Amino acid sequence: MNDKDILICRCSDVTLAEIRKWLAAGYTSFEDLKRQLRVGMGPCQGQTCAELIRKEIAAYLKERPEAVAIHKTRPLTIGVKLKAIAKGEQDES
Amino acid sequence: MKADVLVIGAGISGASIAYNLAAKGVRNIKVVDKAYLTAGATGRCGAGVRQQWATKANCIMAKHSIEFFEQAKAILEYPGDIEFKQEGYLILATTEAEDRQFGKNVELQNALGIPARKLTVPEALAIVPHLNRDAFLSATYCNTDGHLNPFKMTDAYYQAAKRLGVEFFFFETVEAIEREQDRIVKVVTDKHEFLTNVVVNAAGGYAHEIGKLAGIAVPVYSEKHEILVTEPIERIQGPMVMSFSKNIYCQQVPHGSFIMGRGDPEAPHDHDITSSWRFLDEMAKTVCEILPRVGELRVIRQWAGLYNMSPDKQPIISEVPELPGFYLACGFSGHGFMFAPMTGLLISELILKQPTTLAIADYHLHRFQDMPVIETEKSVV
Repeated sequence: MNDKDILICRCSDVTLAEIRKWLAAGYTSFEDLKRQLRVGMGPCQGQTCAELIRKEIAAYLKERPEAVAIHKTRPLTIGVKLKAIAKGEQDES
Repeated sequence: MKADVLVIGAGISGASIAYNLAAKGVRNIKVVDKAYLTAGATGRCGAGVRQQWATKANCIMAKHSIEFFEQAKAILEYPGDIEFKQEGYLILATTEAEDRQFGKNVELQNALGIPARKLTVPEALAIVPHLNRDAFLSATYCNTDGHLNPFKMTDAYYQAAKRLGVEFFFFETVEAIEREQDRIVKVVTDKHEFLTNVVVNAAGGYAHEIGKLAGIAVPVYSEKHEILVTEPIERIQGPMVMSFSKNIYCQQVPHGSFIMGRGDPEAPHDHDITSSWRFLDEMAKTVCEILPRVGELRVIRQWAGLYNMSPDKQPIISEVPELPGFYLACGFSGHGFMFAPMTGLLISELILKQPTTLAIADYHLHRFQDMPVIETEKSVV
C-alpha cells in the first residue's frame, strides 16, 4: 500500500507519508510532529497514533521504540461536556 | 564554538530575534533551547493576537506586529499555512468601571490608528449571537485582531532563520554565563561552550533564572496560566471573546476547536505547569455563563504554561546597561507571542546599534527605577 493512503492519525487525517516527510525535515520528536501535524491532539488523544508514530520515529532514528518518548498525556481521559463539569453532574461522560 | 550572537530560548521571541538579525546580515547566530521549538510559553499560549491594549506602547507594538502577520507568509516564504484569521477580538465590559475604562482605551487605540470601536449589547450580539446578553454591559471590538497558529508562526521564523544560516541547538540547557568584568565571554551548556560577547535572554518563563546566571537581577517572575481545548465543531464563532473582569478568553480556532483560558490571581510565583481540577471547574462555569452554547462541547484536553510577569505587565526589551552585550526580551506578561515580530526587529536594532523603529523607553529595564510614574497594562487575563 502507498504510504499516502495509510492513515496514522484518524482524528486529524494524517498519513504515513506526511509523518515521513516531517521526520526527514528534522522534526524527529513526537512533540515536534504533534505541533506541526496535530497528531495526538484530537479527541482520541493519541490512543491510535502514538505507538504507530513511535515506531516510525524509532525506525527513522535507528533506535529502539522504547527509547522514543511519546507525547505528554493530559487530562481529561475522556471527552466531557463543559456544561456537565460546570454543574458537577455525576456519570457525565 | 564561537557565536557572534547567542540567543537563549527557541520560542517565538528567540526565533524572531534570530531571523531579524540574520535578515540584517548578521552571521554566526546560534539559538539554544532546553527542549524543542515552542516547548515553553509559545506552544502553550491561546493563539490570539490583538491590538486592544490600555497602554500606548503596547498598542503600537501590537499594531506593527499585526501588520507583519498580514504579510508573514510571503516575507518568510513559508510553504505552510500560518492560520492567520482576522475576525476580531470582542472584549466584554461587565462592570461600570470597565465600561468607562474601555471608552478611554478605544480613544487611545483610535488615536494610534487601531480600528477598535465600542459596541452596545445588541451590536455585540450581532457579531457573536450565542453571547449571554445578561452577562455584559458593553463591549469593544477590533476586526483586525484575531487568531494565529503559534506552532506554525514559530516554525515559519525557524525555517526562514535556518535558510539564512542560523543554527539551533535543542535539548541543551544553559548552565553558566561567564563574564570578564563588564562583558560576557562565554555561555556554557550541558553540551557545548559558546564563546560569545552578545547574548539575548529570550528564555520566557526562565528569563529570571537566565539573568541570574549572568549576575543580573531581572525584575520578572513566572506564574501558571491554564487553558483547555474542546472537540472541533462547525464554525460558529468568529472573534476571540474576552473579559478581564470575568477572567476568560475563548476563541474558536480555524481547525474548529474552542480554546479557552484564565489566570489564577492566587497563583504562586514559580514554574509549576501541572493541570488542575480547580481550573477546569472554574473555566467551565465561566464559559457556561458567558457563552452558554459552548457548554455543549466536550473538553478533550487541558494544559498550562507560564506567563513571565514584569512589574507593569509590559515587556522588557532592553540592553542591560550594567552588562553591555546582554539583551533582554522577556516579561511579556502573557503576550510575547503577539508582539514577537516587533520584539525581533527591536532587539536586532539594539544589537546593531541602529535607531529603533519604535520608541522603546517604556520597555527599558531601568524604567522601574528611573520613571516617576509607571503606566501599568490593565488589559490582561
